[in-house]
Amino acid sequence: MDGTPNQAAGEHKLPAEHYLNATYGIRSWLLTTDHKRIALLYLASVTFFFFVGGIFATLIRIHLLTPSGLLVTPETYNKLFTMHGVAMIFFFLIPSIPAVLGNFLIPIMIGAKDLAFPKINLLSWYIYIIGGCFVLYSFCTGGLDTGWTFYTPLSSIYSNSAVTPAVIGIFINGFSSILTGLNFLVTVHTMRAPGMTWFRLPLFVWSHYATSLIMILGTPVIAITLLLAGLERMFHFGFFNPAYGGDPILFQHLFWFYSHPAVYIMILPAMGVVSEIIPTFVRKPIFGYSFIAASSIGIAVIGFIVWAHHMFVTGEATYAAIAFSFLSYLVAIPSAVKVFNWTSTLYKGSVSWETPMLYALGFIGLFTIGGLTGLFLACLGLDIHLHDTYFVIAHFHYIMVGGAVMGYVGGLHFWWPKITGRLYPEYLARAAAIILFVGFNLTFFPQFILGGLGMPRRYHNYPPEFQVLNVMSTAGASILALGYLLPMVYLTWSMRYGKIAGPNPWPSTGLEWKTASPPLTENFHETPVVDWEPYDFVHRPDLGLSGAKAPGKLAPAHGDD
Amino acid sequence: MQSQLPLYPESASNFAPDVDGLMLFIVSVCIFFAVAITIAVIYFFFRYKRKAPDEIGAPIHGDLRLEITWIVLPFFLLMAMFGWGAVIYVDYRHTPSDTLDVYVIGKQWMWKLEQPNGRREINELHVPVNRNVRLILASEDVIHDFSVPAFRVKMDVIPGHYNNMWFRPTKAGRYHFFCSQYCGTSHAIMGGWVIVMEQDEYAAWLAGASNSGDPVEVGAKLYNDLACSTCHEPNGKGRGPSYNGVYGSKVKLADGSTVTADDAYIRESILQPNAKIVAGYQPVMPSFQGLVSEDQILALTAYIKAQKDQPVPGKPAAGEPATGKK
Repeated sequence: MDGTPNQAAGEHKLPAEHYLNATYGIRSWLLTTDHKRIALLYLASVTFFFFVGGIFATLIRIHLLTPSGLLVTPETYNKLFTMHGVAMIFFFLIPSIPAVLGNFLIPIMIGAKDLAFPKINLLSWYIYIIGGCFVLYSFCTGGLDTGWTFYTPLSSIYSNSAVTPAVIGIFINGFSSILTGLNFLVTVHTMRAPGMTWFRLPLFVWSHYATSLIMILGTPVIAITLLLAGLERMFHFGFFNPAYGGDPILFQHLFWFYSHPAVYIMILPAMGVVSEIIPTFVRKPIFGYSFIAASSIGIAVIGFIVWAHHMFVTGEATYAAIAFSFLSYLVAIPSAVKVFNWTSTLYKGSVSWETPMLYALGFIGLFTIGGLTGLFLACLGLDIHLHDTYFVIAHFHYIMVGGAVMGYVGGLHFWWPKITGRLYPEYLARAAAIILFVGFNLTFFPQFILGGLGMPRRYHNYPPEFQVLNVMSTAGASILALGYLLPMVYLTWSMRYGKIAGPNPWPSTGLEWKTASPPLTENFHETPVVDWEPYDFVHRPDLGLSGAKAPGKLAPAHGDD
Repeated sequence: MQSQLPLYPESASNFAPDVDGLMLFIVSVCIFFAVAITIAVIYFFFRYKRKAPDEIGAPIHGDLRLEITWIVLPFFLLMAMFGWGAVIYVDYRHTPSDTLDVYVIGKQWMWKLEQPNGRREINELHVPVNRNVRLILASEDVIHDFSVPAFRVKMDVIPGHYNNMWFRPTKAGRYHFFCSQYCGTSHAIMGGWVIVMEQDEYAAWLAGASNSGDPVEVGAKLYNDLACSTCHEPNGKGRGPSYNGVYGSKVKLADGSTVTADDAYIRESILQPNAKIVAGYQPVMPSFQGLVSEDQILALTAYIKAQKDQPVPGKPAAGEPATGKK
């Protein structure tokens, strides 16, 4: 279509002009307002933080090879797991899919030239970098040993580490999330191309819409909470420390009011990625489009009223605990609906085994285990046994690494041809996906058993009977590390040497595949008009697949315009 | 006692069979769904493998009956898990009245425990088998958590709060306890052993050498040293209420409400005396926040507890006794 010559011959060429070669020089990147270039700035910076967090994780796993701890002092160990959590959660997971893939794709997917506020988009990145610098400063000048949860009064009074710069960094970084969320919401509301009704939106956009709601409603709360903890630390204001008349439980309520919804900030975009990958690689419409879209919103809404399930053993009122347990079980339903619909989409499909599909199916398996083990922790009677053990660690990593990171890496592979215009080596990529899947399970499955046995989290040493399972976990982690290094290498390699992809290599049905790869700075030569239903392969003769009928037999467009 | 690769902890309290039964139920449901989904994914993956490069899948958009089924059916299963879990939790949070009370103080990075007769322990807890035991938990600094995996219970230990936990050990033996709420540098070594003894052994152990004074005596000394005695005269004529008969009674407050004089009330009255003013007295007591340690509060509580059978001064037997604060 736009600017893409028909490639009947099979060999593709990069378009003459695209967003990567439109301008040159460092200034053209640091002062860009192109959402695609900003996405790449984010790609570089979240990869950096992923690497930092990954090094901490590696050291943690090596240290835990022996019951008495192999590598570092207790103090250093505590800093390692804290900094691992802070780097990964606030500076990798939360921005990863929204700020990289969402930034790059949302405007193209809805047929817009850019986000609604391009300069604010760039500002978001600078805020992220400033926040990140504060946190790195904290890591380099004494480190941080409070746990990523910053529980008071440990963080506000007793810790001797560099808490204040870290808290300031996370406070600042929050504004980056808020502005990104705001930008997405306004863009989706106001900049959809003609014919792009709400119910023709790709599910990736729906899930980012839900994520953005959480970002703008939840992030201010964490920012204020950490600010209060910082004020207590710096000026001894009595918010949380009982010695000053405060209450440490108040901090936990405020903290989890954001930080529980924040796990949905991390997982919802990955669900959006999977909802794009699966229809493409089975070449049929996604099963239950409106149920998947509605479940994203359902998760975002119910996710806000489950926070105190992190506090079942703080001595909170029994009635409150019962209410929060009930609500936590409710939020399981929209997640289950998604899994059932993805699985059903495979039925009678034309399933291809390409790399993004392997990640998507890996995601379904791992997210299912992560989600199901959440049922243990939502259960009041079991939580009194499993709370604060390795069971929680395993559950959390199944959702966050098995879910969110698998979704992110799968999404990178899926859209890599669009982002760079080139393909990666397919068989190497499939091998990496399988290595990741195996390494991941070997790392984290033993931790469920450790948790059931009662091994508490955040322990730099442990009773000897837990050693075998810990060694298994460390062995898995080394496989996992290989699984992450491989894509870093071959994706980087492919940027220069990969095969030219063409505009729609899979092919897929979304608007982003109707423009060149890489796209123009303005995304489209002329504003596209959407006259097909999402994930419809039948009425799309332009995809060059068999069994296609002429367009025009449109199902009645549902939703408003 | 321990295999190289244990898969499930020992079961040694009244809660363990309940929790394990529930665990088995949830594990079964989860394995069923995980296996069903995995088999479906793998089966579809091979069964519908693309045969021709330009092939497309069947244009199926969804099925309302299926959607309703997989919303409603899981809902009932989830509610079963929720209900069963809530029953165990309510039982756990409702301490029976016939408990043996042990006071537990967490501080960076050790546990100080005190038996009912004042015998002190560090990082060890001796309890008799088949007896309901209540732990009354207090922290001197940050949040800790007292966790006994073999009993399947834990509870946070929070500064400024008293938390309770209870269990009934069912099997003699030695079991790990851990601090399971991260509390700083040496969090991982802040643990110890729960030693469950036969009842007669426990009685003999308890009667053995006590390494500190009887808490009532310590409390009596503090009562004089901290000058509590100048206001809280036993005869009820001081500026503060007498301790006689206070513990466990209903205390009438200046605002007309009543409160039960339990451990938490006494603690609060020492640290924030003006939070609850006993009817008929002025709010003149200074706060002892920062002046008394958690140990000393426990000793004072023990002393006040010991006065509960002393004659209540002044008022005749009719009506509410003039009881109240320290």
